[in-house]
Amino acid sequence: MELYKSTIHELHELLVNKKISSVELTNALYERIDQVEDQVKAYVTLDKENALAQAAKVDAKIAAGETIKPLAGVPGAIKDNISTKGLRTTCSSKMLENLNPIYDAHVIKNLRADDTIFLGKTNMDEFAMGSTTESSFFKTTCNPWNLTRVPGGSSGGSAAAIAAGEAIWTLGSDTGGSIRQPASFNGCVGIKPTYGRVSRYGCVAFASSLDQIGPITRDVTDAAIVLNTICGVDGHDSTSLPVEVPDFTKALKQDVKGLKIGLPKEYFGAGLDPKVESEISKAVEQYRAMGAEIVELSLPHTEYAVITYYIIAPAEASANLARFDGVRYGHRNMNATSAPEMTTLSRTEGFGSEVQRRIMLGTYVLSSGYYDAYYKKAMQVRTLIRRDFEEAFKQCDVLLTPTSPVVAYPIDGKMDPLSIYLLDVCTIPVNLAGLPGISVPCGFVDGMPVGMQLIGKPLDEETILRAAYTFEQANDYHKVIAPIGGDK
Amino acid sequence: MRKYITVIGLEVHAELKTNSKAFCSCSTEFGGDPNTHVCPVCLGMPGALPVLNKQVVEFAIRAGLAVNCDIKKFNKFDRKNYFYPDLSKNYQISQFDKPICEEGHIDILVDGEEKRIGITRIHMEEDAGKLVHSGATISTSDSSAVDYNRAGVPLIEIVSEPDMRSSEEARAYLEQLKAILEYTDVCDCKMQEGSLRCDANISLMPEGATEFGTRAEIKNLNSFRALVRAIEYEIARQAEILEDGGHIVQETRTWDDVNGVTLSMRSKEEAHDYRYFPEPDLVPVEIDDAWIERVQSELPELPAARQARLIADFALPKEQAALIVSTKAMAQYFDEAVSATKDAKGLANWLLGDVSAYLNNEDITISEFKVTPANLGELVDLIKEGVLSSKLAKQVFGEMVKENHSPKALVKELGLEQVSDAGAIEAIVDEVLAENPQSIIDFKAGKDRALGFLVGQIMKKSKGKANPNMVNDMLKAKMQ
Amino acid sequence: MKVTEKDVRYIAGLSRLVIPENEMEKFTEQFNQILNYADILQKIDTTGIEPTAHVIPLSNVLREDVVENSVSNEEALKNAPAVHNGGFKVPRVIE
Repeated sequence: MELYKSTIHELHELLVNKKISSVELTNALYERIDQVEDQVKAYVTLDKENALAQAAKVDAKIAAGETIKPLAGVPGAIKDNISTKGLRTTCSSKMLENLNPIYDAHVIKNLRADDTIFLGKTNMDEFAMGSTTESSFFKTTCNPWNLTRVPGGSSGGSAAAIAAGEAIWTLGSDTGGSIRQPASFNGCVGIKPTYGRVSRYGCVAFASSLDQIGPITRDVTDAAIVLNTICGVDGHDSTSLPVEVPDFTKALKQDVKGLKIGLPKEYFGAGLDPKVESEISKAVEQYRAMGAEIVELSLPHTEYAVITYYIIAPAEASANLARFDGVRYGHRNMNATSAPEMTTLSRTEGFGSEVQRRIMLGTYVLSSGYYDAYYKKAMQVRTLIRRDFEEAFKQCDVLLTPTSPVVAYPIDGKMDPLSIYLLDVCTIPVNLAGLPGISVPCGFVDGMPVGMQLIGKPLDEETILRAAYTFEQANDYHKVIAPIGGDK
Repeated sequence: MRKYITVIGLEVHAELKTNSKAFCSCSTEFGGDPNTHVCPVCLGMPGALPVLNKQVVEFAIRAGLAVNCDIKKFNKFDRKNYFYPDLSKNYQISQFDKPICEEGHIDILVDGEEKRIGITRIHMEEDAGKLVHSGATISTSDSSAVDYNRAGVPLIEIVSEPDMRSSEEARAYLEQLKAILEYTDVCDCKMQEGSLRCDANISLMPEGATEFGTRAEIKNLNSFRALVRAIEYEIARQAEILEDGGHIVQETRTWDDVNGVTLSMRSKEEAHDYRYFPEPDLVPVEIDDAWIERVQSELPELPAARQARLIADFALPKEQAALIVSTKAMAQYFDEAVSATKDAKGLANWLLGDVSAYLNNEDITISEFKVTPANLGELVDLIKEGVLSSKLAKQVFGEMVKENHSPKALVKELGLEQVSDAGAIEAIVDEVLAENPQSIIDFKAGKDRALGFLVGQIMKKSKGKANPNMVNDMLKAKMQ
Repeated sequence: MKVTEKDVRYIAGLSRLVIPENEMEKFTEQFNQILNYADILQKIDTTGIEPTAHVIPLSNVLREDVVENSVSNEEALKNAPAVHNGGFKVPRVIE
């Protein structure tokens, strides 16, 4: 088997047993990147020199007989909105085309401490605003399963890199589905942990009350391994939860007997592609056959989730993105004769149209006279959406839904903004309620992967990991490789 | 001209005396090369997040209790959105609808009358950075350089009720508030360094009117003098407009200290649309009774209590006591000096007289005063005991301020001891009487001037050192 | 229509952005489309419902008042588009 198609846990065994070196492995990944990156366009920046130097260090440790961490020497890639000291971090925006961060995000510090390897930074929708990676200033990433289709977004580069064998694991960030939806579009596993599980320090903020970093991987075991490293309280993030982090790999048991799986009827309504629905239904039947108890239930405020999100997230974004003013870093218009003009021109030139739209939407809903009708109302509806989940979890242990109502669609930019927003219907409520959610591959429609979403109670990543693992091990969707670069 | 009532409310920003900034661990130390007390958080680097300094809450509670406020149990922070180059995130973390303190008051003394000034609210927020202009003023500069060393330094904003009716009252309020902030050690109150700043809302209403007039907000009042002058200027400006039948524009104006005028700050309509919303990066702060009680129990003696104590313990006049407690440093100086003297009233006179005059002349504060409290106390005792005449005492004081010598040692060194030896005085008295027989005749004839003349002659011969009381008594006895 | 082109210009000003005049009509239309959709929220009675600002039950996350290392001036200015005397240089502040 090709190294680039392997999982973290497989490669860890090979490294520890000295069957391969980390330098060999890292070189193999860059060879693969050379082979397919022109078609996939998953990366914004590669960092080969540092990656190989780091790999050599890990090899030296192994040679010296030191115990290494599961992620040590295993090359991954980082979404380009996560701050990496000395490695350009662009958020796929012209605004930050040349930003060289002076500090590491908390998750990066943790990963470095585990001696992992960073291949580079992955492409995304500009400032994580989008569901297709088309709003990247640099390039549109293509779906390795069909290069004419979108990889999803906003962590499209991170998911496509996994599907194309351009990284063993990646980090994404998820504000309204930005890990789970691209994971689903690319046949990967993607998990958004409970809000507060992972420090946001160093993740360039889009919507602070919704953002959460998480892994995209080939299988559930790898997701658990990355979670083990990135989770935990951080003194630099006031919203990071001071709770014990379990060893998530211990939750990986093939057992769903008696597990109560809730099916919220609102997620199976109009707009759901019947072919996607059929794959999800097969998964449900499989769970039932494995001993799970299926409970049909209702999350009555689901239909309000999308617009609630598209008020709250832009409102927070309008403030979060105000710092991009051309003064301290980022794009600056050099012809302006006054500071206000400089800031206005720098922002107008530096931000793409979707980012500008959302900043303005957020500014509008917060502005004097509209706050109560839009922002406050949305915050109240957010409470109702949270309560829906609280009620649902009195009847079940996990919720099962499609990750997206559709599979990856063509790259053509023809859809209007609202129609695209509405496709986030399955993932958005999970962020609004701060719950953990995982997307696992559960079938194919017309050759494109379908993802199933499992939603857990707050801080109960273990149960959704167990349910996902049980399903994964009973199938082999995660072993199907995207037909890119000559693979069939 | 009609008579108008002036209505004044003050908004005071006080930088808190924490070691580190409000939301990051950078030093709050004043000065330092530009952008050396900065980090990803206070520079607003992408991805950086704030974490609240506990001491900020502690100081805000302390200040609130010192001005008799209710401390609110539930606290949250909000983002106040506006673009300005000195604001690194282009929003300020502040408290909007739920300030930590509400409904307080302080009492001021103006022309011997006490008046209570209400305090509407106190809230916590962060300071902005500093713009260094290339030219002399902001408007003549082609460019500016931003220094974020002050960005993120914690502030409290103390908003008064519109309870003041004159510049004297505003001044007294600010003085009293400053004293309280100093006593409680929450702010170093250096107006020249900007650690205490004041904005004033000023309006006029015709006598007998029931509604306040339209107000102007005056910014950039960086000294007591500026506050008083700006208010006086604004009263005259607004009165003139109203007399001409005009309307006051509600606007923000800035005080131009050089030209002694307030100037309209060109402001767009949008400038006031701050789009406050709850800060998602910070969680609420809940303050329980135990916290409030502990801070209350640790409150130091406040100016009002100290003033009462000075009056009760030393029988000082109210005005004198008020002046002594008006700054923490002066009050502390008095407390230390008074334990070194038997004459508290004499000490008060010296502190508020010669000492204050000297400090004013030299333009220094009492903290920079070279004479130790113990030595000043000793000087006051030397006068009280008759060792020094007040005239000679001034001479000794003149030496003490140069170098902090003990007055007793100086008296010896300069040979200024008053002569109270009866034999020595008698010898001079006899000598003078012998030289001036006509004066003895005049004195006996009831001409009092003769006595004064003789005393003068004796003092002259003794080089001012003879104890005047003894000279007087002895002369009278000999001429009877 | 919820917002006019004039409103859009005002919001753009507040946001320090400029919408090009040739895109104004389409932008305003899409903006209105989203705001019209937001009307569905008005169907819900939210009287007495506490707004959710945070989904996590955390309070009093406070740090001790201890000074830790700042970054150097060089690092602070590393990404600055223009510098002057250790500061971030900006054109005249008043328009």
